[in-house]
Amino acid sequence: MSYHANEKGYYGEFGGAFIPEMLYPNTEELRQNYIRIMEEPSFKEEFDQLLQDYVGRPTPLYFAKRLSEKYDTKIYLKREDLCHTGAHKVNNTIGQILMAKKLGKNRIIAETGAGQHGVATATVCALAGIECVVYMGEIDIARQAPNVARMKMLGAEVRPALSGSRTLKDATNEAIRDWINNPVDTHYIIGSVVGPHPYPDMVARFQSVISKEIKNQLLEKEGRENPDYVVACVGGGSNAAGAFYHFLDTPEVGIIAVEAAGKGIDTGESAATSALGKIGIIHGSKTLLMQTNDGQITEPYSISAGLDYPGVGPMHAHLFQSGRAEFISITDDEAMTSGLALCQLEGIIPAIESSHAFAILEQKKFSPSDVVVINLSGRGDKDLQNYIDYFKL
Amino acid sequence: MNRINQKLNEDKKLLSIYFTAGYPNINDTSKIIQDLEKHGVDMIEIGLPFSDPLADGPTIQASSTAALKNGMHTELLFEQLEGIRKTVSIPLIMMGYFNPVLQYGVEAFCKKCQEIGIDGIILPDLPLDVYQEEYEAIFKKYGLINVFLITPQTSDERIRQIDEASDGFIYMVSSSSTTGAKTGFGDETETYFNRINEMKLKNPQIVGFGISNSETFNHATKKTKGAIIGSAFIKHLTQNGADKIDEFVKGIR
Repeated sequence: MSYHANEKGYYGEFGGAFIPEMLYPNTEELRQNYIRIMEEPSFKEEFDQLLQDYVGRPTPLYFAKRLSEKYDTKIYLKREDLCHTGAHKVNNTIGQILMAKKLGKNRIIAETGAGQHGVATATVCALAGIECVVYMGEIDIARQAPNVARMKMLGAEVRPALSGSRTLKDATNEAIRDWINNPVDTHYIIGSVVGPHPYPDMVARFQSVISKEIKNQLLEKEGRENPDYVVACVGGGSNAAGAFYHFLDTPEVGIIAVEAAGKGIDTGESAATSALGKIGIIHGSKTLLMQTNDGQITEPYSISAGLDYPGVGPMHAHLFQSGRAEFISITDDEAMTSGLALCQLEGIIPAIESSHAFAILEQKKFSPSDVVVINLSGRGDKDLQNYIDYFKL
Repeated sequence: MNRINQKLNEDKKLLSIYFTAGYPNINDTSKIIQDLEKHGVDMIEIGLPFSDPLADGPTIQASSTAALKNGMHTELLFEQLEGIRKTVSIPLIMMGYFNPVLQYGVEAFCKKCQEIGIDGIILPDLPLDVYQEEYEAIFKKYGLINVFLITPQTSDERIRQIDEASDGFIYMVSSSSTTGAKTGFGDETETYFNRINEMKLKNPQIVGFGISNSETFNHATKKTKGAIIGSAFIKHLTQNGADKIDEFVKGIR
């Protein structure tokens, strides 16, 4: 059995393309071409070159000595926080901008929540000299002023999503509506392993460079390709998809997905989709999502804007349902405490999203000989104000 | 014979109206349906509101949000529609997004529709292949016609597939857009109308999106069986409440 998408974009019963007919030609064009394009030597060469020279890959796999001592196990950090623009997001946007060029598109749209994917998209559009429109919830625009400014400096137009709850899910709706209205010249760069097929699979493939490097680096450092555990936080799930990708069908590697419990799973202010979600359709994908009994999609909550999504990518829904991955949810408080601990033990300020992944060390006991790789998906610069407010710094 | 098919057999251009259930007020559903029939509308699409209506522009989105805020939900809509067949004989179509139907249970939803006397269903985000593989048998069991959409970007090959899979009419989206985004038709739309007309499909076509008045209605129905008005009627409801529906219909034809 494989945990990868089948040719129709299903991971078990999750995935597919539940889209209105207006989007069919757009996604169909992509579906028919994405694998062929990604396998073209000229595409691979340009993608790899940019990842190396522009993004700064390979990112280090760092043995966290003091953290390992504290938890009496061997912990490696995959340093995606050192990528250009500050997080793993750019792996995907580099891939998709090259894809858009191959497809002859001359306009890019994207959605963004906290602004990280928006910045990563605006960055590659500047690099490619292509027009860029980023949809962002009106409320998020107010909360994330520095990233809005970054996108503008990079030449992108930031359009407020004024519908619904005016956050990430609505920004995604607006981007999809833009694509319906501009079906020919526009490519939609989705920021996570969500949306209709082929997006979850395509984004996972672009992010899979993370686990590919982990294998090579671990071989060098430990004389083995496979860790005992790989750990990543999951909102939509793109950094996790990348970190898990080459281990999915290797059962001896334990997979741990960390969700945001917000103020606690039962508080009504949470984003722990595996615990609170039911199967349904969101943004064109059949997956687990948080919704009312009546099928209305509800608003999630997490202190971390990047985990604040009411669904989860179909790959992760399948990993959860099949039991292949262990899902752990971490509260705001636990994540913040672990984030600060990482600063003080290793001199690394993590993004609050990534802090969630570290918090499992307090909950789950690993053995001293275990090799545990934690994907440090982003750096904490963008979260400074949150850290300041939380710790009264 | 299904009421939709009967209506399609009539020798006239059909006017179909969409409204969002629960808007502008929670209990307007029956009055709107009765008034639309009384004033000569041929078919009605009852919109089941959804939190995330991807294919809709601002007007229908806002009506959907307001309807949910008013407390509309699937079971309540079914309650409101119970007994509707004692007062109207117009073809009724449920239109919504797939997730609320999935949560209700597709079979339970279809069964309820049949009991009430609903004739057809439009779920824009239920794709053709999934419908055929998983749900066609259920829709047919309960005598419901499933209506598919086509757009100017839909290939001839796919239009043929959709025509083959349809047994009522084809919902012909007039332009590449969300609802209410454009009014009127340009040259591209004309080319599209001609292309579809020349394909001689077995199912009649009813045009939706971009129709707001008698001029656009007449234009859209020149080579098709009828037209659907949504956003323009929602705007009427916003301004007038569930009143003066006669004036709105007279303004169209």
